Amino acid sequence: MTGSILEIRDLRVAFTGAAKPVRAVDGVDLALVPGEVVALLGESGSGKSVTLRSILRLHPENKTRIEGSIVAAGIDVMALSGAALADFRGKTVSMIFQEPMLALDPVYTLGAQITEAIRKHESGVSADAARKRALGLFERVRIPSPERRLDSYPHELSGGMRQRAMIALALACNPKVLLADEPTTALDATVQVQILLLLRELQRELDLAMIFVTHDIGVGVEVADRIAVMYAGRIVEIGAVRDVIRAPRHPYTIGLLSTRAQGGRLSGKRLPTITGSPPDLASLPPGCAFAPRCSSATSACLEAAPAAVELGHGHAVRCIHTAAVA
Amino acid sequence: MKDENASAPLLQVRGLVKHFPVKKNLLGRTTSFVSAVDGVDFDLRQGETLGVVGESGCGKSTTARLLLHLIEPTAGTIRFGGRTVGSVALPLKEFRRQVQMVFQDSYASLNPRLTVEESIVFGPMVHGIARHVAQARAHALLERVGLDPVRFAGRFTHELSGGQRQRVNIARALALQPRVLVLDEAVSALDKSVEAQVLNLLLDLKGEFGLTYLFISHDLEVVRFMADRVLVMYLGRVAELAPTEDLYTGSRHPYTSALLGSLLSMDPDRRTVAAPISGDPPNPIDPPAGCRFHTRCASAQAVCAKGAPGLAAHSREHWVACHMFDAGSGHGSAPAKAA
Amino acid sequence: MPERAQEILRSPGYWVTVWRRFLRDPVALLAALVVLGLILMAVFAPWIAPQDPFQGMSLQRLKPPGTEGYPLGTDELGRDMLSRLIHGARISLFMGIVPVLCALAIGAAIGVVAGYSGGWTNTLLMRTVDVFFAFPSVLLAVALAGALGPGLFNGLIALTLVFIPPIARVAESVTTGVRTRDYVEAAKASGAGALLIIRKHVLGNVLGPIFVYAMSLIAVSMILAAGLSFLGLGVKPPQPDWGLMLNTLRTAMYTQPLLCALPGVMIFITSIAFNLMTDGLRSAMDIKT
Repeated sequence: MTGSILEIRDLRVAFTGAAKPVRAVDGVDLALVPGEVVALLGESGSGKSVTLRSILRLHPENKTRIEGSIVAAGIDVMALSGAALADFRGKTVSMIFQEPMLALDPVYTLGAQITEAIRKHESGVSADAARKRALGLFERVRIPSPERRLDSYPHELSGGMRQRAMIALALACNPKVLLADEPTTALDATVQVQILLLLRELQRELDLAMIFVTHDIGVGVEVADRIAVMYAGRIVEIGAVRDVIRAPRHPYTIGLLSTRAQGGRLSGKRLPTITGSPPDLASLPPGCAFAPRCSSATSACLEAAPAAVELGHGHAVRCIHTAAVA
Repeated sequence: MKDENASAPLLQVRGLVKHFPVKKNLLGRTTSFVSAVDGVDFDLRQGETLGVVGESGCGKSTTARLLLHLIEPTAGTIRFGGRTVGSVALPLKEFRRQVQMVFQDSYASLNPRLTVEESIVFGPMVHGIARHVAQARAHALLERVGLDPVRFAGRFTHELSGGQRQRVNIARALALQPRVLVLDEAVSALDKSVEAQVLNLLLDLKGEFGLTYLFISHDLEVVRFMADRVLVMYLGRVAELAPTEDLYTGSRHPYTSALLGSLLSMDPDRRTVAAPISGDPPNPIDPPAGCRFHTRCASAQAVCAKGAPGLAAHSREHWVACHMFDAGSGHGSAPAKAA
Repeated sequence: MPERAQEILRSPGYWVTVWRRFLRDPVALLAALVVLGLILMAVFAPWIAPQDPFQGMSLQRLKPPGTEGYPLGTDELGRDMLSRLIHGARISLFMGIVPVLCALAIGAAIGVVAGYSGGWTNTLLMRTVDVFFAFPSVLLAVALAGALGPGLFNGLIALTLVFIPPIARVAESVTTGVRTRDYVEAAKASGAGALLIIRKHVLGNVLGPIFVYAMSLIAVSMILAAGLSFLGLGVKPPQPDWGLMLNTLRTAMYTQPLLCALPGVMIFITSIAFNLMTDGLRSAMDIKT
């Protein structure tokens, strides 16, 4: 895709620490244009978070084998190292996490952390100017009494406020791409909605490209332009939100959408389910990883990993039965 | 509660209170408390599923642990089948045989040094059942929860997936042949595809064994699917209690409405445009005076900061603790007091 | 009970798995072999030792290692160093292992009871333990041994008392961690009493870590015992003990430095072997997936 701000080509990540290498990501292609939001949807072990962390090269080098190419804002991420990598993190691409207490340093005030981040990436910014910017950021993420909160420590804030502070820190150096790793999963429902609305608003105002990793389809629908469904390290279905939600074509997506206990009890009926459990990434079958759980699987499914089938409007599905599944 | 029409409830909870000490002064005297549960009343009827919902810190999990006497209540009574728990008529040990619990963390709730079979037979053997009888029961239950005893009885918990472990936990709870199962966020840690399987299993087991469920969850969709009646808690108190569909389609308490308004639509053309309430739940160490929700409530008036509203019947079966529905409370929206 | 068509598949037990993992760790395995060798050497000392460890030849004093007939030389009274080192393993290993085992039995009992009961029982037991814990272990051992008087048995009691507090501390903290786990709650919820819960659900999960910690104290105990002997508070001459030998040979430090170092080398090898073996055991016991 031309004009993309982030382009991932054939990303493969394997963790080699255990007896058998774990193929966490197994050939992911993904491109984002500026200002676009893609939700990366999947269950635990699907490789969604691993993909996200690869973009910032956050995996321990000695226990990870990483292949493929990642280009963000014209920078070849795989070629970065040392100071260049540190400069890239936070300035070009930055990230927010599920647990803000792990991302924020407990021994510094929030103001100190944000000013430090600004002055590290932009030389020549005075302490006063950086503090003014930090205050502006706190106002922007709608932290009440921002002046006072800049001098607070992370533990003094409630969960939702901490999440806002972390968003402020992530936006401190005007990144072009924001990576969100389940930022609302640990929050209560009434707080989750507030944070989702805030992220959507900031993303639009700042024209950020954003990858939003989540296990909750509802959250994906709420924030994203496109949805990419991951299973066992591969994107099995990708497309515009409306297409994926209203006309899912991969059996796994169809199953996920129908297992949601939505709309109340269906007059005592059982929920439709996907049988079995997610595969062991250390010993993946040669064919389609979903085949053992798939009701429409045939012997052909077990032979080779299915290639992506284009359905038009950027809707693509990795299933050899795509034509047959309505 | 004044439930004249209903038959005698299986489990009756009255005035349940739990204060945890958080700060002590130099002399070891406690100077401040978390009032985790603060005067909770409810009935659990034979054969129903009572859903309990609320945000973190609302006291739903504490309520579950108080029910099983895993922690001692500061005040309150629990009656089971008309008998007070802990009395001569109903010793704690017998009560615990009848009421079992499934925890959220499937890994932490199984002893890592025991095999699946040993975990399941432990309870029955405590109650004097011979090992071979307990083993036969364990194998039958494993079969019933969808785990082949030949493959799973001799395994250790770290060899199982999250869904399989939670099935073992359910079998372990059922091994005592209880009448009530307390499910404390029992499916919250599972992936959606596995969650649906376990929910179906719970529905089947309930019919088969004639169980009564107390189903605690933060997930309103799941509660709507499972529950017959729903109890909404906020900061240690009951906000609303109603039959499931009444609650989901005609909620009265502003907090319940906010919770329901926070549900995501799953429809890209009907995205949420404004958050129903702002801010986080207050700290339970120092909860707001009066109605605990008044600090976040759009309809709050002066009266709400003064007195705590009691749980009152809005219609038959539908109970609300809100000054707006309490005749003569002094709230502008309250109905006039009947002459 | 109806006959089952198939035999239940059983996973290997916990300790079998630990053993297999331990066997895959070459460093720990080597250390364990060294420990085994030392123990065998101590047990069979009278048969292995080439000479009588008490019989001195006044003409053959302080011979360097490599001397004809004395492969490791002779000490200040002309006794064969090799034989004395072999016999010395008996007392040194005894003083390393036995006090730790005694302290393990007592300390683990105190710690598990304190950890499981919590509240006042915990406060009372652990504060008492803390009083002893406040003294440095060397000082405490010397003070106790000094008060009890010299001798092997008194040294043993002194060392046991020294190791009770740290073992009780570890036992208490491990037990407190296990006590709040959901599976203990679940066992309580099934109506089980405290003793049964401790036996079935607590001990199995705490004894491993406590035992590993106690193993790491064996080397410390040996060194402390050597220290007591060195100060004349433990074993008395002419008993062969590595610590005592270090003491008596110190007069020859400048004339035969290599000879003087030999007992120290033995202590060093033994403690390193125990420590490496313990490390291996600890990681072998850490089964997660």
